[in-house]
Amino acid sequence: MNLRRIVLGSTVVGASGLAVFSIVAVVIVVMSTIVMNGIGALSWEFFTAAPKEGMTEGGIFPAIVGTALLVIIMSIAGIPVGTITAIYLSEYASQKSPFARGIRFAVNTLAGVPAIVFGLFGLGFFIQVVGSGMDQVLSGGAELKWGQPNILWASLTMAILTLPVVIVSVEEAIKTVPQDLRAASLALGATKWQTIWRVVLPNSVTGILTGGILAVSRGAGEVAPILFTGAAYFLPQLPTELSDQFMELGYHIYIMSTQSTNVEATRGIQYATTLVLLMLTFILNFSAIFLRSRMRARRIRL
Amino acid sequence: MNTNGNAKIRTRDLSLFYGQKQALHHITMDIPSRQVTALIGPSGCGKSTFLRSLNRMNDLIDDVRIEGQVLIDDVDVYDRQVDVVELRKQVGMIFQKSNPFPKSIYENVAYGPKINGIRDKKRLDEIVETTLHRAALWGEVKDELKKSAFALSGGQQQRLCIARALAVDPKVLLMDEPASALDPIATAKIEELIYELKVNYTIVIVTHNMQQAARVSDYTGFFYLGGLVEFDETKKIFTTPEKKQTEDYITGRFG
Repeated sequence: MNLRRIVLGSTVVGASGLAVFSIVAVVIVVMSTIVMNGIGALSWEFFTAAPKEGMTEGGIFPAIVGTALLVIIMSIAGIPVGTITAIYLSEYASQKSPFARGIRFAVNTLAGVPAIVFGLFGLGFFIQVVGSGMDQVLSGGAELKWGQPNILWASLTMAILTLPVVIVSVEEAIKTVPQDLRAASLALGATKWQTIWRVVLPNSVTGILTGGILAVSRGAGEVAPILFTGAAYFLPQLPTELSDQFMELGYHIYIMSTQSTNVEATRGIQYATTLVLLMLTFILNFSAIFLRSRMRARRIRL
Repeated sequence: MNTNGNAKIRTRDLSLFYGQKQALHHITMDIPSRQVTALIGPSGCGKSTFLRSLNRMNDLIDDVRIEGQVLIDDVDVYDRQVDVVELRKQVGMIFQKSNPFPKSIYENVAYGPKINGIRDKKRLDEIVETTLHRAALWGEVKDELKKSAFALSGGQQQRLCIARALAVDPKVLLMDEPASALDPIATAKIEELIYELKVNYTIVIVTHNMQQAARVSDYTGFFYLGGLVEFDETKKIFTTPEKKQTEDYITGRFG
């Protein structure tokens, strides 16, 4: 009996230890492969030059710029919408109302939709409906400007994909604002909106930032949503208008490894690009974690 | 009971329900103008609920139902015509736990005037200075108005909250155990302040501390199990109460 208990106990400990070890091992193997293979190709030129010689040489500058523009436009579009939704859900909606429940269900569903579906949605809705409609109105359909993939449609598609991340983060932040402060403001004769604008939101800034950063990090890592909506294989110049196409880091890795005429020759650059993308998302995620922990610390203090 | 006929707040048959549970039972009370009225009673007796029903802070809680009337200057505050935002400007509130905004001392006091649309810097400076004077805090903070309100001590924070409430120029001040979290010295300062403020304001104070009620108030109401047992001049309540329950409570036999 006693022996059986000891055997069972050590089996559980051993199995969970093994599981933990294999997860850590996978991370180490992935990271070390990418770092070892990619670090050699990193250079000043790699960050500042465009790809050359069928992507076997040169750098990834246009892809870095494209990624930055993508996430900036995405944030401008997505963070306000997500923040307003979060304000509605936490401050205005009655928690039991069917409407608020419907919104929550929609947000959760949105979070579970595969990224490629967003890409197809962007193609079908933004490009073929909104873009084509704009072309019809602006030039009678004579000029094809908005009815094709571009950075605006790609950013908006990405904004929808990242919306749940923003909503959840901002809602969490709004919940950390002490009820006492709301009561104080209302007791002074402030309206509900004045209270939200002057007390709740200023105290939720860290949370809104966290949501934004998590959204950016998620957005920077996704390729599928921009596949049909705006990313380009190769462009000689940087995008200057919202109706231009753009290069992007994740997409760049994808085409180098699958579409290149000489996959072997691009290997080093592929790894280096992956390393840059990983570093970018890591830095973003760590800053989000840092902000979040500061927010939690504040909640305990107050 | 005689309150010289100059009642500021009259409640008539006021009952309040949290869902199915009745928290206040038919309270009829005349709170005199420019006097301090203390509400005493054991925990859960409804005195805080009563206080919060005077400026409709109970509106913020779901499932609260009110019956009867609360008349302030003969206007029923639960009338549909009444703007609750305007009401709360007239009836300020001080909470048990001091709750300054995470802003500077100046911004805390200027918050109320600002939401009322006062933008002029000079005018705001003036209001901040006068109200801090009135809250007996000016001397202690005049050189550090830009500092965070959290840098102040607990007692100072509570006086800042009083200043913040005074800045919107209310007629009535409701205080929900304003000194229960403070040390005796800070408490004494708050009590002194209450004494000075009653010249201009009608003050209703909920307190657990019977000595405090005896010290600061002119009138005292004793609440028990959601009902108003006795309401009279403080002197009378503490020396010759009419009801047995009141006597038992103030002599410490229960509660």
